[in-house]
Amino acid sequence: MYTQALNTRDLQPVQKEDPERLARFQAKIDAEQKIEPNDWMPEAYRRTLIRQIAQHAHSEIVGMLPEGNWITRAPSLRRKATLLAKVQDEAGHGLYLYAAAETLGVSREELVDQLLAGTAKYSSIFNYPTLTWADIGAIGWLVDGAAIMNQVPLQRCSYGPYARAMVRICKEESFHQRQGYEIMLTLCRGTLEQKAMAQDALDRFWWPALMMFGPSDKDSVHTAQAMAWKIKRFTNDELRQKFVDATVPQAHYLGLTIPDPDLRFNEATGHWEFGEIDWQEFQEVLRGNGPCNRQRMKQRRQAHTEGAWVREAAAAYAEKRKARAAAA
Amino acid sequence: MSEKPMPLWEVFVRARNGTAHRHCGSVHAPDAEMALQAARDLFTRRGEGVSLWVVPSSAIVASDPAEKDMLFEPTASKIYRHPTFYEIPEEVGHM
Repeated sequence: MYTQALNTRDLQPVQKEDPERLARFQAKIDAEQKIEPNDWMPEAYRRTLIRQIAQHAHSEIVGMLPEGNWITRAPSLRRKATLLAKVQDEAGHGLYLYAAAETLGVSREELVDQLLAGTAKYSSIFNYPTLTWADIGAIGWLVDGAAIMNQVPLQRCSYGPYARAMVRICKEESFHQRQGYEIMLTLCRGTLEQKAMAQDALDRFWWPALMMFGPSDKDSVHTAQAMAWKIKRFTNDELRQKFVDATVPQAHYLGLTIPDPDLRFNEATGHWEFGEIDWQEFQEVLRGNGPCNRQRMKQRRQAHTEGAWVREAAAAYAEKRKARAAAA
Repeated sequence: MSEKPMPLWEVFVRARNGTAHRHCGSVHAPDAEMALQAARDLFTRRGEGVSLWVVPSSAIVASDPAEKDMLFEPTASKIYRHPTFYEIPEEVGHM
């Protein structure tokens, strides 16, 4: 999802780095050695990673909202238990990632503040509504599927703590995609109305899922540095193509139609060619004008404010016990 | 204005009896008891462990990466610390 932060420009002034240290740093990366928290790193590398990991963490946290919407209305106890487990995983992924970002010298509280103030972003995909139960299937299948395409190469990211967090996340994520596809499969084998619901969910989530990979390579000039630093391993278009190639046959198995009249298989290249993405819609969602941007931010702020007393009470209790232990 | 940071804890999980506790990540929590609960929820949702340690991150003393060569490089030349350095005739058998 989750590398959209790598497409944005670093607005901080470029700091002059010691060329010798810089060369040694790059040589280490070129030799596929990991960078660990206390190692020297250029300021721009640190800033890029903080922004990227934080946006990834925020995406996991905000990503709980569209799915959480259906927990109380899941069609069976089995579906409810699995959705609950999935949403809990997303919270866990957010926490692994905040912890990884913190190793770069930023606190979780600061990062949460940036999200709530709107200065930090989360993935564009979570600004779309989940209108029917089939959307939960489509999200697991498409959104988590796209996330996996992005996250698998991140396991080899040059920054150790981020790479290690991604290993755990990828292990857990494959259950997410399978539970989504199973929901779609069940709907597609059900009544005509149920199959129509699955088709409708695919229609609404297909293009936003493709947008998750970020702007087309010809428009994303900032990825070159991220690739040189081995934060990113594949370009946006490469990952998007992999996703389309993997997903189209899965849709056919379901008996569903991808909502793209230009979609066709190229025998020569072995790839599925697809139509032009509506980049204006993508830009609007990034600017905060997607269908649910305001609602998501409002819900996050509300949850944060309403949970403040819990954090305060926990801190007060810890203080009290510490004072008692000291007095005893 | 940020809230006061919650203390950070390093989490170690023993996968099963007979293995050592291994570092697997960190959690924020106001005290040790809540750190254990958070670690349990975060790191052992799929049977990953049978025992947990949480240690205040501030209690960990780390070696300085800048001193890496001074600390660890000298061992590279001391190959006589490895069994393969010594030549034992084949007739002697496994040793």
